[in-house]
Amino acid sequence: MSSWIDVCSVDDLQPDSGICALVGGRQVAIFFLPRRQAVYALGNFDPFSRANVLSRGMIGDIGGEPMVASPMYKQHFHLHTGVCFEDPSVATPAYRVRIDRGRVAVQLPE
Amino acid sequence: MSNKQTLVVIGNGMVGQHFLSSLAGSAAMADYRVVTFCEEPRPAYDRVHLSEYFAGKTAADLSLVEAGFFAEHGIEIHLGDKAVAIDRAAKQVTSAKGLTIAYDKLVLATGSYPFVPPVPGHERPQCLVYRTIEDLEAIQAAAAQSTVGAVVGGGLLGLEAAKALKDLGLETHVVEFAPRLMAVQLDEGGGAMLKHKIEALGVNVHLNKNTTLIDDGMQCRHKMNFADGQVLETDIVLFSAGIRPRDEIARQSGLEVGPRGGIVIDNQCRTSDPDIYAIGECALWNGQIFGLVAPGYTMARTVVAGLSGEAASFTGADMSTKLKLMGVDVASIGDAHARTPGALVYTYQNGSAEIYKRLVVSQDQKHLLGAVLVGDAAGYGTLLQYCLNGIELPENPDSLILPQRSDQSVGLGPDALPASAQICSCHDVSKGQVCGAIEAGCLTLGDLKAQTKAATGCGGCSALLKSVLDCELSKMGVAVSTDLCEHFAYTRQDLYNLVMVGQIKTFDELLDKHGKGLGCDVCKQAVGSILASYWNDYILEKPHIGLQDTNDTFLANMQKDGTYSVVPRIAGGEITPDMLIVLGQVGKKYNLYTKITGGQRVDFFGARLEQLPAIWKELTDAGFESGHAYGKSLRTVKSCVGSTWCRYGVDDSVGLAIELENRYKGLRAPHKIKFAVSGCTRECAEAQGKDIGVIATENGWNLYVCGNGGMKPRHADLFATNLDKETLIKYIDRVLIFYVRTAARLQRTSVWMENMEGGLEYLKSVVIDDKLGIGADLEQQMQHVIDTYQCEWKTTLQDEQRLKRFRHFVNSDQADDNVVFVEERGQIRPANDFERKHFKLVEEAA
Ligand SMILES: Cc1cc2nc3c(=O)[nH]c(=O)nc-3n(C[C@H](O)[C@H](O)[C@H](O)COP(=O)(O)OP(=O)(O)OC[C@H]3O[C@@H](n4cnc5c(N)ncnc54)[C@H](O)[C@@H]3O)c2cc1C
Ligand code: SF4
Ligand code: SF4
Repeated sequence: MSSWIDVCSVDDLQPDSGICALVGGRQVAIFFLPRRQAVYALGNFDPFSRANVLSRGMIGDIGGEPMVASPMYKQHFHLHTGVCFEDPSVATPAYRVRIDRGRVAVQLPE
Repeated sequence: MSNKQTLVVIGNGMVGQHFLSSLAGSAAMADYRVVTFCEEPRPAYDRVHLSEYFAGKTAADLSLVEAGFFAEHGIEIHLGDKAVAIDRAAKQVTSAKGLTIAYDKLVLATGSYPFVPPVPGHERPQCLVYRTIEDLEAIQAAAAQSTVGAVVGGGLLGLEAAKALKDLGLETHVVEFAPRLMAVQLDEGGGAMLKHKIEALGVNVHLNKNTTLIDDGMQCRHKMNFADGQVLETDIVLFSAGIRPRDEIARQSGLEVGPRGGIVIDNQCRTSDPDIYAIGECALWNGQIFGLVAPGYTMARTVVAGLSGEAASFTGADMSTKLKLMGVDVASIGDAHARTPGALVYTYQNGSAEIYKRLVVSQDQKHLLGAVLVGDAAGYGTLLQYCLNGIELPENPDSLILPQRSDQSVGLGPDALPASAQICSCHDVSKGQVCGAIEAGCLTLGDLKAQTKAATGCGGCSALLKSVLDCELSKMGVAVSTDLCEHFAYTRQDLYNLVMVGQIKTFDELLDKHGKGLGCDVCKQAVGSILASYWNDYILEKPHIGLQDTNDTFLANMQKDGTYSVVPRIAGGEITPDMLIVLGQVGKKYNLYTKITGGQRVDFFGARLEQLPAIWKELTDAGFESGHAYGKSLRTVKSCVGSTWCRYGVDDSVGLAIELENRYKGLRAPHKIKFAVSGCTRECAEAQGKDIGVIATENGWNLYVCGNGGMKPRHADLFATNLDKETLIKYIDRVLIFYVRTAARLQRTSVWMENMEGGLEYLKSVVIDDKLGIGADLEQQMQHVIDTYQCEWKTTLQDEQRLKRFRHFVNSDQADDNVVFVEERGQIRPANDFERKHFKLVEEAA
């Protein structure tokens, strides 16, 4: 397991919305769902539009599963797995993310 | 191909054209080379709505022929060329321009001409008729130099002509030979009520008047002298004393014609020569001429079916009519005069409300034979179905015309109608056909209209169509889900009402009270829009921020590479050179791709998220405001230059456009809203393709609603004419808020209108007649939106906290390296994938 990389303060998170962080050269979208008291992290790159925009999508759930809707062409991605609901052969990477003592940290794969 | 037979059609009027388009869609088309003669200078147009020409519709608007129709189907049309002779022995037609065409089959669709009584003086100048566009042009020209107009004939067309004269600003008279108006359709009581109502509108009605001479007047151009010794002075005489079939060419070639005119046809619409057909108003069937368009259409389809080898016959037509004359509802059904032996009559008259209704029922009181309605024709659809389908009447037939008590409903449910019942008379669509289309998957009113064409003619049947749809769906057990999404079991309209009634201010509150789950992009955006249009709070307040699509969140429009476009408001498209220079400087400083939009403003592209605040700081400092190009809200009010500069302009379209844009800017709606204002009927601003269109006329503003360009263009509906500015604004306030309250999610006004039960007439009744009693409430809500307007960019720039969102990375000042521009035609554009790779390599190498 690689180590946790400190990203920002919890105050930087946007409730019911996303932000983008630069983590080890990658663009990571971090979402905060206050109703579930949960944070999620996915790649910021939208595989359909090929633009770095997922952090600017709207979030919510589909059938109880947490999701983000791409702001470009509106495909939905699972917030846990990064898999696209409309086309499961397409996914964006999912990262581990945690909140510790008021700080948000992300873990990148080896 | 040479083995094709030749089919010649004489006359390209409403029925001739319906014949051609039905033929073009049939199997028989392949067998014929088709040639048509059209005496008028233009192909078929909508005579039924001819009067709208005075309200601003152009000849092109009225056209019934789709662009390219003749070319597409290989139909030869000879415009402005009249057929003058038929040689039946040689089977050929000769035209006025000297053309001779041999035919195998010939169709006569020559229509009729207005009958002008042979009164001495009838050929004086400014003695006119009302049938063609040229006639209307002549009337318009004559009206410009007249103050008084008189219509001879108080029938359906005469009253319509009277309305036109009135609208042209003339003192208007109707002179009728019979003792009542609309003698064909109405009984004495109905005629009297109509006269009363029309006189109250300022038209003078003279009954029992036989005109014997027209000669010089003292104050006016003409003096009409009547048999009873009275006289009437007028500048224009407009004859509308009935129509006569144009059978001259048939008569001269020896075809059988009726004693009082009309080309005799059988049930297959064949004349006395089996190779020659006659259809429309020139044809005489069973001793009858049909002066309405629907029977003519049926004849046309009968001939097409015959040519295709199908069995079809024309067996008469129902002549029931419903219309609005000068705003008065009038309807006549079946045997209105109770001529059937033994018929019983019920009448209901309400003097104060000025309503008259009459029912004619069979001796055994089981069946409806006819009816007359004046002042309130709401029962027309139900009564017509009783009459046409022989449906047994309720025990007390008079309950059908007595004012309804709240505990009883007398409407005829669609279930009671047989499959053969005709729903749409314009396009002859039966209930059976409608049900078939529903089974085949048309589950919305819009789909159903597109598929069956029902309710796309005069639109009078749209309420009935909707009720058939609803009834069939519930029978099929299809619970059509109108739920917004899985989180709310409500329509957008329901949610709007819940917000209003519960005074709900946030999405979370609404979700807790009426929804489930977390919400999604669908419901969040819809509720965000509802809250914004109702409360008009700043959309980036904390509780609302998650409800906004990226465009609203960053107050700019996201483009394909994740950059944004920036559009400052330029109200009405009017801008000073200094302000234009500011735009140029900003575009240059930030190296933005710059383009003029269709809405007459300037659009900057290629702004990075982190650049937006700086760009807007410069723009707002110079006095620009947000253009709301990112919102589902009022976009632009386009205008032509209007009377200030244009030599044709009749009013200040730019001034009005600026005023409207400033009034409605910031209004959030189910979808974007576009306006336009033209300074005269030349319509340079293309207002008839906008959600709200305004056109200046000599007598005030004409208001058009629910038009659309884009993917599915829709011509706007003429909503009201000759308005002063105050009334215009009142109507627009009401239409817009009613749209905001009742439309579905992401529904443009055009689709909203298409799906509205009752259509345009219903919208008018809500907005103009205030039928629902909510007019003041609608205006008040609009006033609230206007009073609480703020420039969202100005507000945002004042808040450090909010500005923090405008950076690509929360933890770095770097820019998104995926955004790469190249140059084209002297400006930037997003690099394509190939260029992007190449570009990066070059950069790394350097
Ligand atoms: C103001 C007005 C309002 C109306 N309102 C209604 C209404 O509300 N509802 C309704 O059902 N009906 C209404 N009507 C009637 C309706 O317009 C007619 O029933 C319909 O137009 C008949 O169609 P048609 O093709 O038979 O005749 P037309 O539309 O008159 O077409 C006949 C065409 O043939 C041409 N023609 C004639 N002879 C020749 C020749 N020898 N060679 C070449 N061309 C020739 C004529 O110039 C004309 O263009 C209205 C009519 C008017 C004038
Ligand atoms: S619509 Fe009329 S006033 Fe406006 S520019 Fe065109 S011609 Fe001139
Ligand atoms: S027409 Fe199509 S391509 Fe052009 S701006 Fe509109 S959506 Fe984009």
